Amino acid sequence: MTAFLIRRLAFAFVTLFAVLTLVFVLVRIVPGDPAQLILGDQASREAIEALRHRLGLDVPITQQYVVFLTGALRGDWGVSMVTGQPVIGEVLRVLPWTIQLTIVSLILGILLGVPAGVYAAIHRNRVIDYAMRIASLLGLSFPPFVAAIILLLLFAIALPWFPVISARSGSVMAWYQSITLPAVSLGLIAAAYITRVTRSAMLEVLSEDYVRTARAKGVPWNAVIWRHALRNALIPIITVVGLYLSILIGNSVLTEIVFSRPGLGKLLIGALNQRDYPMLQGMMVIYTLIVVLVNLLTDLAYGFVDPRVKLK
Amino acid sequence: MTPTSTAAAPTPFAYFAAQTLKAFNTNKTSWIGLAVFLIVVLLAIFAPVLAPFDPNDQNIMEKLRPPSAEHWLGTDSFGRDTLSRILYGARISLVIGIVSTLLAMLIGTAIGMLAGWHGGRTDTVTMQAMDVLLAFPSLILGLILVAMLGPSMVNIIIAIALTSIPPFARIARAPTIAFKEREFVQAGRALGYSDTRLLAGHILPNIFPEILVMGSLWLANAIRTEASLAFVGLGVKPPIATWGGMIREGFENILDSYTLALVPSIAILVVIFALNLLGDGLRDAIDPKLKGEA
Repeated sequence: MTAFLIRRLAFAFVTLFAVLTLVFVLVRIVPGDPAQLILGDQASREAIEALRHRLGLDVPITQQYVVFLTGALRGDWGVSMVTGQPVIGEVLRVLPWTIQLTIVSLILGILLGVPAGVYAAIHRNRVIDYAMRIASLLGLSFPPFVAAIILLLLFAIALPWFPVISARSGSVMAWYQSITLPAVSLGLIAAAYITRVTRSAMLEVLSEDYVRTARAKGVPWNAVIWRHALRNALIPIITVVGLYLSILIGNSVLTEIVFSRPGLGKLLIGALNQRDYPMLQGMMVIYTLIVVLVNLLTDLAYGFVDPRVKLK
Repeated sequence: MTPTSTAAAPTPFAYFAAQTLKAFNTNKTSWIGLAVFLIVVLLAIFAPVLAPFDPNDQNIMEKLRPPSAEHWLGTDSFGRDTLSRILYGARISLVIGIVSTLLAMLIGTAIGMLAGWHGGRTDTVTMQAMDVLLAFPSLILGLILVAMLGPSMVNIIIAIALTSIPPFARIARAPTIAFKEREFVQAGRALGYSDTRLLAGHILPNIFPEILVMGSLWLANAIRTEASLAFVGLGVKPPIATWGGMIREGFENILDSYTLALVPSIAILVVIFALNLLGDGLRDAIDPKLKGEA
C-alpha cells in the first residue's frame, strides 16, 4: 500500500509540475507586451516600465519561471490588478461556493445515475432500457448553461419557487434555496454520464462466470446485483466520475454565471474580461491543484475498491 | 490486373461503403441523427435564400416581438428577426465546429499513431503530455486561450482544436500498437516500405472508422464549446449572429421575453443531440463492447 501511495504521489507531483509549466507558458503566449496591452497605446514609457516591473516581467524568462513556480507552491500568487488584493485571498474567499456546488452536483449525479444505470442494465433491450439510453444521451447533449437557463425559466421565473439570483447564505434555508437549481442543472447532466457508464459496466459484469455461479448457488438476485456485480463494475464508474469532476468544474463556470452565484466561475470571467493577469494565473494554479488532487483521490479509490490495483 | 485481385474482390471504397451502411443499419437511430444533422447543414448553406430578413437589420419599432406571422420566431432587443439569425448562426457553429474538429482529428491522430509506432520514451512522454492536457478542464483552457489570443474566428478554432487533440491521440495510439505486430505490416516492412507508407497506407485505413466516429462525437463537443465561449462573450464579434451569443442576449432580456433565450438553446440542443445519436449508434455498431459507454 505504501509503495502504491508513493508512486501515485510522485505521479501527482509530476502532473502538477507539468501543468504549472503549461500555465506559465499560456499566460505568456499573448501576442505583444502584456503591460502595453493593459495600459493601452496612450501610456507613457515610464508607466509601462513600472507595470512591467510590478508584474515581474522585467527579469529574464528563466528567472520569471523560478519565481512563478516557487510562488505558486508557497501560496504567493501575486496581487490582483483590479482590486489590489492578494490573489490567493480572493480565490479562497469564493472557493467554498464552487466546491459545495460541485460536490452536491456530483452526489446528485451518482444518486440518480448509478441506480438508473443498474436498472437499465438489468432490463437490457426492454422499453425502459431504450428510454433511459435516449434520455441519458439527451442529457449529455445539454450545454450546461442551456440546462441552467431552462431551469431558471421554469422554477425561478414561471414558478417563483427559487430566487433568480442564487447568492444567499447564512441559514440552512438560504443555502438550500441558492444551491438547488444550480446543483440540479449540473447534477442531471452528470447523472446522464454516470447512467451510461454504469449500464455498460454492469452489462459486462453480469455476463461473468462468478455472477452465474452466485445465482446458481442461490444468492438472492438483489444481493447478486448490488454486492457481486456492482462492486466489480465500480472501477469504470470511478474512472468516469473522476474524469467528470474536471468537466464539472469547467461546467460550473457557466452555471455560476447563469445563476449569478459567487464562485471561481464568476471570478474567472471577471478576470478574463479585465485582463487581470495575476488573477488568471492564480486561478489556473487553483484549477491545477484541484485537478491533481481529484486524480490522486481517484487513484486511491481504485486501490480501495480493487486490491489488485495496488499490486500493479 | 494483378493475380491477387480477382473480379469478385470489392474495391476498398466499395468495401468501406458497405461496412458503413452495415454500421448504420445495425443501429437505426444513427439514420435519424444523420438526417437531422444534414437538414441543419442544408439550412445553414441556404441561409441567404431561406432567411426572411437580413440577420443584422435592426428595427427599433419592432423590438422584442413575440412570434408572429411576419416574424415566425419573434424579434430580439434590436428588432432583428430571430429566425434569420438562427439560420445564419448555424453557419458559424458548423464552420467553427467542423474545422476545429478536423484539425484536432488530423493532429491528434498523427500524434497518437506516431507515439504508438515509435513506442518507448517518445510514447511515454507524448501520452503523459496528452493526459495532462486531458486532465485540465477543457472549457476553462478554451476560455483562457481565446481570451489571451483575442476572440476571432481563427483563434476560437485554434483553441477548440487544441483542447480536443488528446482524445484522438488516445484512440489512434492503441490500435496502432496492435497493428504494428500484424503480419501485413511486418510484410510491408520486409518489403522495405517506409514508415510513412506503412502508417498512412496500411494502418490508417484500419483505424479510420473509429476515428471518424470519435469525430462525430467531438464535433458535438466542439459546437457546445463554441456556444459556451460565445455565451460568456468570447465568441465571434457581434453583430454576427452566433447561437451562444443569441442565448447571451436572450438571457439578458429573460424577464421581457423567454423565447429569445429558448429558441437558440433548442437549436444547439437539436444539433448536439443529432450528432450524439449518430456517433453513439455508429460506435455501438463498430465496437459492440463499448455499447452505451459515455
